[in-house]
Amino acid sequence: MNHPFAIDARPGRHTYLFLSSLLFLLLVVAYNVGSHIRLQDNPRDKIMPSLGQMADGIKRVALPMQPPEGKDELTPKQQKDQYRLWKDTWATGKRFLISVALLFVAALLGVNMGVFPYVDAFFNRFMTFLNSLVAMSLLAIIMVIFGTGDTSKVMLVQFGIFPFIVLDAYLRARSVPREQIVKGQTLAASNFEIAYRIVMPQIMPRILDSIRLSLKSVMVYLIAAEAIAAKAGLGYRTFVLQRYIAMDIIIPYVIWIALLMFLADHAFKLFIRRTYPWAGSS
Amino acid sequence: MGGQLMSGAQDMTHRGTGNTGDRSYLVRLKEAVKEYPIRGGGKRILNEVNLDVQEGEFVTVVGPTGCGKSTLLRLVLGMEHPTSGTVKVAGDHQFGASRDCGIVWQKYSLLPHLTVAENIAFGLELEEFNLWQWLVKTLHYRRRRREFLDLALEYLEKVNLKPGDAHKYPHQLSGGMQQRVAIAQALIMKPKILLMDEPFSALDIGTRKEMQQLTLDVWRETGMTIFFVTHSLDEALFLGSRVLVLSQYYTDRLGKRARGAKVVKDIRVQGVHPRPDDFRFSEWFTTTKAAIWKEGLDEDHLQPLDDFDMNHPDAIHPLNGSNRGTSDV
Repeated sequence: MNHPFAIDARPGRHTYLFLSSLLFLLLVVAYNVGSHIRLQDNPRDKIMPSLGQMADGIKRVALPMQPPEGKDELTPKQQKDQYRLWKDTWATGKRFLISVALLFVAALLGVNMGVFPYVDAFFNRFMTFLNSLVAMSLLAIIMVIFGTGDTSKVMLVQFGIFPFIVLDAYLRARSVPREQIVKGQTLAASNFEIAYRIVMPQIMPRILDSIRLSLKSVMVYLIAAEAIAAKAGLGYRTFVLQRYIAMDIIIPYVIWIALLMFLADHAFKLFIRRTYPWAGSS
Repeated sequence: MGGQLMSGAQDMTHRGTGNTGDRSYLVRLKEAVKEYPIRGGGKRILNEVNLDVQEGEFVTVVGPTGCGKSTLLRLVLGMEHPTSGTVKVAGDHQFGASRDCGIVWQKYSLLPHLTVAENIAFGLELEEFNLWQWLVKTLHYRRRRREFLDLALEYLEKVNLKPGDAHKYPHQLSGGMQQRVAIAQALIMKPKILLMDEPFSALDIGTRKEMQQLTLDVWRETGMTIFFVTHSLDEALFLGSRVLVLSQYYTDRLGKRARGAKVVKDIRVQGVHPRPDDFRFSEWFTTTKAAIWKEGLDEDHLQPLDDFDMNHPDAIHPLNGSNRGTSDV
């Protein structure tokens, strides 16, 4: 019953906590050992900075800077570099939020395609075509058309995910039982009421879940776009700093991005569970 | 639309006996054919079905698997259209399902995202307000909605549910309770005809009996026309004031096995409502059941058109094409 591969085993709470933390502990320990060895070899090594060096790095990008000695004010360069982490987070966050907002438009379109056959006929083939384009291969074209500003980054995300969300919402709307739609007609619902009061509300939690699962792809496209051309952004920063092998900042940035994504995912999940108490058990 | 709910009890025994004009036939099917396209032609489900149903009748439909019971119901509902022939409800052709018909499905009658009370009140709300008023939520809308929800509580009681169930979501209810809500949801609209498609087939036997009693009570109280499809002969005979046996097992004029189902037996059920529970064990019940089994459900027993037993006064015989009530067909 208790051997490691017993299918019926039920690890206790403490065992579970211990086992699930083990790999994290191993990672931290292994990194520290590696870093220590490399730094002993060469104190100016930049590949594996110590935890202390990384903490210093975080301080430099996140906290206020001190003016150079003998002066009261920050130099113009310092002013530009101050609070870099927050500026980058805002730059990427803005693009992220706009991109996600547009995905809701996609969901709305998909629902309408699923309910109204004429809307379906109009959009279906074209959306399927867009969905089969490989967004990254369009990057050059997107940049030529939309420039190198925020628009092109948001557009890349939309080419990558918009059609997918449209088709996902479409299929979900189509899978609402015919009985429900006829039911609506017997309850004097108009066509639009059937779409927005019968079909859409009952598939909403699943649509939100699809958007939640695509948040990660949104970030992938954003970082890819930032890597090519940007003035600020989390992805942009990691690529710029790569030239200086500034691992003491790159690694915290990577962890920061992961943390933000984790929080966004959880916030979405919590929102769905709170807003749609009836979902999940049907 | 206030507190006054439904008309009082009606005397059921006088129904379906006399000469009645076209007006009081609520449902009329003339030579209704339904074919579904398949490769190389069409598969005929219903073959020139003629049917007149009087207002206030409790029609139950039975028949073998694949005979098109549900297709017949969907034609009356307006959800599907006949390939040829006509289907009229209250004198009008059916173009799509309308609020004239109430429907209780075996599954999926309730909207999963609304509470019980909201589900019941939903139709009234949809009828009185449009999408825009719902979005803006005017004061008038809020007040009326409250009234509708109060009315929903009265209907909740009517189908023997507790007020405490009003705020539950459908998935929190048992199958029987869900069907009670579905009945209330349809009744509140006061439809001209209530259609029920195997509504109790997924329920266990005890719940099923309760639901049958409830349906009979509702019918008696409202005097509503009910069109009830079931695969259970017992249920059909126990509930209906008129039992239609739909079957594809018969021979056409040339003596060949026919394609598509017809009404092969049209029974006026003996006795009055409320029916005593032991009606199920009466001699009439048992012999009629056996006859339905033989004439309708036995694949090897092909009846010629002549032999169709059209005992109901409104029945239309496939050969002479007339029913006793009217000369017009």
